[in-house]
Amino acid sequence: MRRPAAPSRQEDALTDLLKAKTSEGAQEMGARENTTARELRSEIGGVLRLPEGVSLDPDDINYEAPDDETMILNLGPSHPSTHGVLRVMVEIRGEQVLRTKPVIGYLHTGMEKTGEELMYQQGATNVTRMDYLSPFFNELAYCLSVEKLAGIDVPERAGWIRMLMCELNRISSHLLWLATNGADLGALNMLVYGWRDRELLLSFFEKVTGLRMNHNYFRPGGVAADIPDGWRDDVAAICDTVLKRMDEYDNLLTGQPLLQNRMSGVGALDASTAVGLGLTGPLLRSTGVAYDVRRDFPYLYYDEVRFDVIVGTVGDCWDRFAIRFNEIRESVRIIRQVVKAMPNGDYRAQDKKVTPPPRNRINESMEALIHHFKLFTEGFRVAPGDAYVPVESPRGELGCYIVSDGTSRPYRLHVRAPSFANLQALAPMARGAFIPDVIACISSIDPVLGDVDR
Amino acid sequence: MSEVGATEPTGPNEAAAPEGPAPLYGCPVTERFGQRTVHADRSRYLALMEGLYKDGFEACIGVCGVDYLTHPGRDLPAGVEAERFEVVVELLSFSRKERLRVRCQVPAGDPVVPSLFDLWPGSEAHERETFDMFGIRFSDHPDLTRILMPEDWEGHPLRKDYAPAHVPVQFKEAPK
Repeated sequence: MRRPAAPSRQEDALTDLLKAKTSEGAQEMGARENTTARELRSEIGGVLRLPEGVSLDPDDINYEAPDDETMILNLGPSHPSTHGVLRVMVEIRGEQVLRTKPVIGYLHTGMEKTGEELMYQQGATNVTRMDYLSPFFNELAYCLSVEKLAGIDVPERAGWIRMLMCELNRISSHLLWLATNGADLGALNMLVYGWRDRELLLSFFEKVTGLRMNHNYFRPGGVAADIPDGWRDDVAAICDTVLKRMDEYDNLLTGQPLLQNRMSGVGALDASTAVGLGLTGPLLRSTGVAYDVRRDFPYLYYDEVRFDVIVGTVGDCWDRFAIRFNEIRESVRIIRQVVKAMPNGDYRAQDKKVTPPPRNRINESMEALIHHFKLFTEGFRVAPGDAYVPVESPRGELGCYIVSDGTSRPYRLHVRAPSFANLQALAPMARGAFIPDVIACISSIDPVLGDVDR
Repeated sequence: MSEVGATEPTGPNEAAAPEGPAPLYGCPVTERFGQRTVHADRSRYLALMEGLYKDGFEACIGVCGVDYLTHPGRDLPAGVEAERFEVVVELLSFSRKERLRVRCQVPAGDPVVPSLFDLWPGSEAHERETFDMFGIRFSDHPDLTRILMPEDWEGHPLRKDYAPAHVPVQFKEAPK
């Protein structure tokens, strides 16, 4: 059989097409001679916030590596250790990382644009899909923002239900983080345990909301349905089990020197870098800055429960591990107080402008039917203005900025995603580290790519 | 269908009554829902931000854009001229436990704003996103490229004159 001497023109065209499709151009990390000093500095993760009176000197950037000794390597976008479709470009010399640049946008679905097309009561369906590991927090930020703009009073019980679900969600999110963090560092047994325990919480969510993820349970004005009978027993069982298991994981992980060595001293950040980069959540608290939206800007009824804000000292992966680990216990503590304090009453506002009539009223009342029809075809209008409401999600400050123009749809919906901002910490964390340490750093940032790209 | 929360003053400028909060660095301040907002235009923007940074706003929590193309008659305090775009910056002070929002007017003809990178390096990704979504350029930004959209994308998706696209669906049995 004769083989063709040269690839056909069609094959050439295909190769060209593939080349064009896989390039992100200027978004990618370039060679050093094509990179400006300022960009280089942020990729190196050098001192970003310069002291008073010091200006940036382009020759000041110390890189001892000539170009022929370094190579640029892609991590991801499809790799389990990147927690989704995160692509990290690193410049390495041997095993050592010199520069880091995350390239994102592979999961961008234009949810902010979609949010402008949806009515206020539909919006929660949209935002719940952003950070898919902590959907309740997305809904909460969105609903609080809409309620602030529209001046809706939420009944007390709805607020406490929201707190209950959020704290349970924080546990499930941190458990998943424990699982994936274990897997990233080679403690594969933890992967199984973490998913197993998360299942406990997801099945409770399913019982309450009907769905395991993307619940659309918080609506402007309250929650979609009351928590089902017997919830106290379920929650008590979850709390007991989680606490017991956390003690087991303490034995399994915390006391294990192999895991400690993989994390302690790796990816250390100092407080001024963390504050300058706008980091929030466990990443910021690991550097010793005790900032927690729940305590500093209380929303719902967080000022009526007692809990500790866990902070670290060194700011390395080990601190972040300890913070998340103990936040699970703090969440259990909050949940137990919520269970005690849960008041009776309405689970959604009796404001007919925002709350649809109950389903059985629609069958017998013409007015209820009209009311229902009007609400779901036209929605409710919100007075013009803008509001930003932050909440403390498991990853940090999640805020929703809504601009209203007086119609029944948000004029602009912006979500301040914690993962998006926290990802900027990767370059300073990974500086000088080895490739396996970069994996540990990515893992300890805990980015959810649905949240990063929205 | 009636308006919820319509207890606001009806006149456009009544919210900025003389007894409102004191201006900051020559920029008028408004307060609503317990949230303070400073309104700036481009000429005063950088001086205002430098002042606020020195005042103890250590962290820039977020930067986003708004395109007011189809909602021109919004409430703004006296002395601030409405433009098509706004850059909205959320600032946070840990020491003072305070939040502040800065809304900067950006004209459509020349949408360029100074970057906040030198004050808050964390604004870098947010500004890239704003550039990507609105086409607002940030001068002196270290790496002003698209961040969420592909590099060869045309247009800026969150602008109001950028229509959401519909992909036509062709059913097999439907007449052509």
